[in-house]
Amino acid sequence: MKRVIALLMENQPGALSRVVGLFSQRGYNIETLVVAPTTDPTLSRLTMSTQGDEKVVEQITKQLDKLIDVVMVSDLGSSDFIERELMLIKFKKDSFPRISFEDSDVVSENNEIINVQVVGTSTELDALVKEIEDSNPIEIVRSGSLGISKDANTLSIEN
Amino acid sequence: MDKSNKSGAEALLHSLHLEGVELMFGYPGGAALHIYDAIFNQDHVDHILVRHEQGAVHAADGYARATGKPGVALVTSGPGATNAITGLATAYMDSTPVVVISGQVKSNLIGTDSFQETDMIGVSRPIVKHSFLVQRAEDIPEIVKKAFHIATTGRPGPVVIDVPKDLTDPDHKFEFTYPSEIKMRSYNPPKSGDLSKIKEAVDLIEHAKRPVIYSGGGVIQDDASDELTELARLLNFPVTNTLMGLGAFPGSDPQFMGMLGMHGTYQANMAMHNADLIVAVGARFDDRITNDPNKFSLGAKKIHIDVDAASVSKIIHADVPIVGSAKECLSVLIQEIKTRDLAIDQDQLSLWNQQISEWREAHGLNHSLLELGPQNGKILPQQVVQSLYKETEGKAFITSDVGQHQMFAAQYYHFDKPRQWINSGGLGTMGFGLPSAMGVQLAFPDETVACVTGEGSIQMCIQELSTCLQYGLPIKIINLNNAALGMVRQWQDMQYGGRHSSSTYENSLPDFVALAESYGHIGIKVSSFDDLESAMRECISLKDRLVFLDVDVDPNEHVYPMLEAGNSMDYMWLGKDKKTW
Repeated sequence: MKRVIALLMENQPGALSRVVGLFSQRGYNIETLVVAPTTDPTLSRLTMSTQGDEKVVEQITKQLDKLIDVVMVSDLGSSDFIERELMLIKFKKDSFPRISFEDSDVVSENNEIINVQVVGTSTELDALVKEIEDSNPIEIVRSGSLGISKDANTLSIEN
Repeated sequence: MDKSNKSGAEALLHSLHLEGVELMFGYPGGAALHIYDAIFNQDHVDHILVRHEQGAVHAADGYARATGKPGVALVTSGPGATNAITGLATAYMDSTPVVVISGQVKSNLIGTDSFQETDMIGVSRPIVKHSFLVQRAEDIPEIVKKAFHIATTGRPGPVVIDVPKDLTDPDHKFEFTYPSEIKMRSYNPPKSGDLSKIKEAVDLIEHAKRPVIYSGGGVIQDDASDELTELARLLNFPVTNTLMGLGAFPGSDPQFMGMLGMHGTYQANMAMHNADLIVAVGARFDDRITNDPNKFSLGAKKIHIDVDAASVSKIIHADVPIVGSAKECLSVLIQEIKTRDLAIDQDQLSLWNQQISEWREAHGLNHSLLELGPQNGKILPQQVVQSLYKETEGKAFITSDVGQHQMFAAQYYHFDKPRQWINSGGLGTMGFGLPSAMGVQLAFPDETVACVTGEGSIQMCIQELSTCLQYGLPIKIINLNNAALGMVRQWQDMQYGGRHSSSTYENSLPDFVALAESYGHIGIKVSSFDDLESAMRECISLKDRLVFLDVDVDPNEHVYPMLEAGNSMDYMWLGKDKKTW
């Protein structure tokens, strides 16, 4: 089962390698990983998606929480949340398909090449990738999942 | 607040002093030379020069385990740092508070493959609790403060401070201030456990008919042995300790079932398997305990007290998880039990204790092997441990290496006090015994410190005999010499059709007596049972000298009981032709 975990960590050299290293060290798989600074420059937010049952995710969050550089961890799947991923697709103009996907835009176009941007859940994007297979896209780039909870809960600390 | 102008190296030393560090173990080299010069110019922190950096970290680790205070090691960059890695991994697996300071190449050379450069932070990352790469000399005091705080609190563990050489430059001075306290928003180890969970635990305890208290190294680390013992006595529940937990409950007490697990006693393993309640304290249900976790003690409810949330329900589901310090949680648990009038079924409990006594009588360890005399003309390794126990009156600090001798020491020396038994339980590091004994002996110069070892393990850090001469450390090395890598050979006997692949030395062993003498120590050889006890007496009585007692033991002896892999805890080999199933 796909799970999305978000965490805040100290924006310090070495912090990311501890988080990523933990996954290989403990034998967990990372499917996607996104890291970016937050509005608080001392913190980075890291979002990862992984496969695992309840027990595995519990272990992962506990082990992440144990890392000294990790300030806060949240298993986004423990409540209702919104997951989004950005995908960029490059087509040859002569094989550009009709994309029925709601949230898609042509972001560049010339005589030869069309680049399209699509936003959706990773499951939706997976389906779209299958759908456009026959149009032979030249390149597909995906950002990995981001997530935010639907309710008032936030992943933030009081300063 | 202590204010004065100091260089990075001086600030490092002074910070260590303010943390209460009295001695550290290390080995100099280029990147650490400014620090070594600062050591020379102060007299608060003593430095013990080891012969290999692995020995420095093991010695610091042994010091930490025996005293409960953090141990400190100092190494140089590159090979100095990588040599420290086995020591770090050992400390990490056994959760001991060790701070390793490694010199690093100058900041502007980092990443250029410069001479003696290793990415110490990267190399050590999976085997440290935390690590710091110093980026400004002025940060050193705060980093030291944080390092000691992290190493010693919560579930303790090793911390690395990697210091580039330029940041210890004697010409760069700055105003030294030492933080009086440290706050880290990302690190708040739990103290007291959830009271409602503790009350749930009391409910389970009240209704238990076949309870077992199973405690591990966490109880010793947290100095909670008194509380554990009080709890056990209050409830009259049988107690078993892990390899790391020996000494948390008096080893010679009749309520004690002995060690459990892979080479645990018959009664301890049977009790665990047949229990209806397991009270686990500071133990982590690792594979050397549970055997197949899917078959582990299926009839028992589990209460699990541990300071590390990630250890709870990691392998075995905890019916009542209690995350907090062992000492605090046990104190509250004891209070709760005392304030409630528990209606424990005493008839059932005494039947259970009776059952355990019967198991002990049927297949328990024989603690009177010395009285049997030689067996087939040979000395049993267990007899050597019993002789050591007798001559030290059970009061010595015992360190050990890894293998059969380690298990015999754990099984046959009754540890009545915490911190008396010091071994590499988690990582299983051969070579740990002698250097860790140095740390213990330096912390307790007047106590008897014996290293129970084998001819395989002792050769992994044998060079530290030279350190022992330099600092006059009168360690007693008890070498159970079976001329083979005993535990490897036991497995080869049991699982590989007796094919002894690379587990013997083909007459290449050194003359250990001559070797000890060449290092300026005393060597005693024992080949006949009749000489064992007198030689042991002589060895222990030579208070001011290191004695290397090299005892030829029966090479065919195996360690039993031994759990049969892939089964539950009641599947045990009890002898070469004797098993429980």
